[in-house]
Amino acid sequence: MRIELGQSGTASRGHASSGRSLARGLTIVCLGAVAMLLFGCRLDMHLQPKYLPYQPTDFFADGRSERQPIPGTIARGQLRLDELFYAGRENGVVSNKFPFPITRADLDRGRERYNVYCTPCHDYTGTGRGMIVQRGFPQPPSYHIQRLRDAPVGHFYEVMTNGFGVMYSYAARIEPADRWRIAAYIRVLQLSRNATVQDVPADERQNLTQQSAEQSQ
Amino acid sequence: MPQIFHRSTNMISRFTIYGAVVIIGALGYALYAIAMSPWYTEQNMARQQPVPFSHRHHAGELGIDCRYCHTTVEKSSFAGVPPTQTCMTCHSQIWTNSSMLEPVRASYRDNTSLAWTRVNALPDFVYFDHSIHVAKGVGCTTCHGQIAEMPLTYRAGTLYMSWCLDCHRQPEKNLRPKAEVFNPFYEPPSKHHAVAFDGKEYTDQLAMGRELRQEYNVQSLQSCSTCHR
Repeated sequence: MRIELGQSGTASRGHASSGRSLARGLTIVCLGAVAMLLFGCRLDMHLQPKYLPYQPTDFFADGRSERQPIPGTIARGQLRLDELFYAGRENGVVSNKFPFPITRADLDRGRERYNVYCTPCHDYTGTGRGMIVQRGFPQPPSYHIQRLRDAPVGHFYEVMTNGFGVMYSYAARIEPADRWRIAAYIRVLQLSRNATVQDVPADERQNLTQQSAEQSQ
Repeated sequence: MPQIFHRSTNMISRFTIYGAVVIIGALGYALYAIAMSPWYTEQNMARQQPVPFSHRHHAGELGIDCRYCHTTVEKSSFAGVPPTQTCMTCHSQIWTNSSMLEPVRASYRDNTSLAWTRVNALPDFVYFDHSIHVAKGVGCTTCHGQIAEMPLTYRAGTLYMSWCLDCHRQPEKNLRPKAEVFNPFYEPPSKHHAVAFDGKEYTDQLAMGRELRQEYNVQSLQSCSTCHR
């Protein structure tokens, strides 16, 4: 704006004053550039007045920008009425039913989640000799003992949800549906140690006996 | 009228004219070197943390999966810093007398937050989403470096826009099979190391990357509003 004013000034005055106002204009441009260099480095786009996850605040006494819901409040869509799905129980009794049909995809997902969250202690085969146990954590029981083979699936769901003994709750880490899929995969692990050739579908059985015959040769 | 300047001043004027070019060039290079230096980018510089947490020990030696602690990395923009409860899952039983872990126990006991120092923080005008990257075959170590070999955590990339765009322009340079995304010891295919994908063995990253890009439908997103929205 100021530069334009200087230029319009030159038109009305003579040659002598045009040189001076040009110099004045240049000075203003230079000062403007210096001012931009000095004040251009502002960080208010880098540090916007908003809270990203886990950002601290000095507004609340505990320093957390993320607030806990007031005890007893239920967020819309989070009313957990389905006792079987959310608690693993039916009428207060631990259930042996899955709340949804388990497919091959569920078992694969269950295995993946099991390998992430359970193997540090329970190990990949479920005998309870995982890496953390080897480093001194109390050993959990094997999934292959009779008591746990007879336990209803809801029991495993409940242990993951609420913790058991020295095992902490995994409710914050694993979603309810995934907890059921892990429970299903624990059943797979249990079956893997107690399957007979009769459990294999007839059309696959042929294949299996052939393979073992080839191996023994 | 006598010459104001002696002939020898020609030398000085030449020197200053060419010297100016060199000096401006050197200044430019110096600025670039400073901007790329770890002193400015904080790359490869371990941070002070309330607890000297070692990714090398937990993710490397013990083999704990990234997702055990960073639980939301597959479904949220934010990978998630674990709550103290996650630490105490093991440390309620292991190293219970360690003075190094006292801040963790204090946090759990008093329900106060452990104030970790962010290592990889983007400016607020950048939108970044972890979930889409891991879902499309970008591994943790692609951006976070050899995390399983870091005793103390440091930033592995510059986090500059050019660093992001380098991959966004040519994603096949860094893609890996989805099964390997969370493997901290993954090695990209090379002449000495073949990587299997889709029943084939690859010894060339670009060849495998092109295949993965097609398979996972990875787009090369370079529009401004992809990240600045």
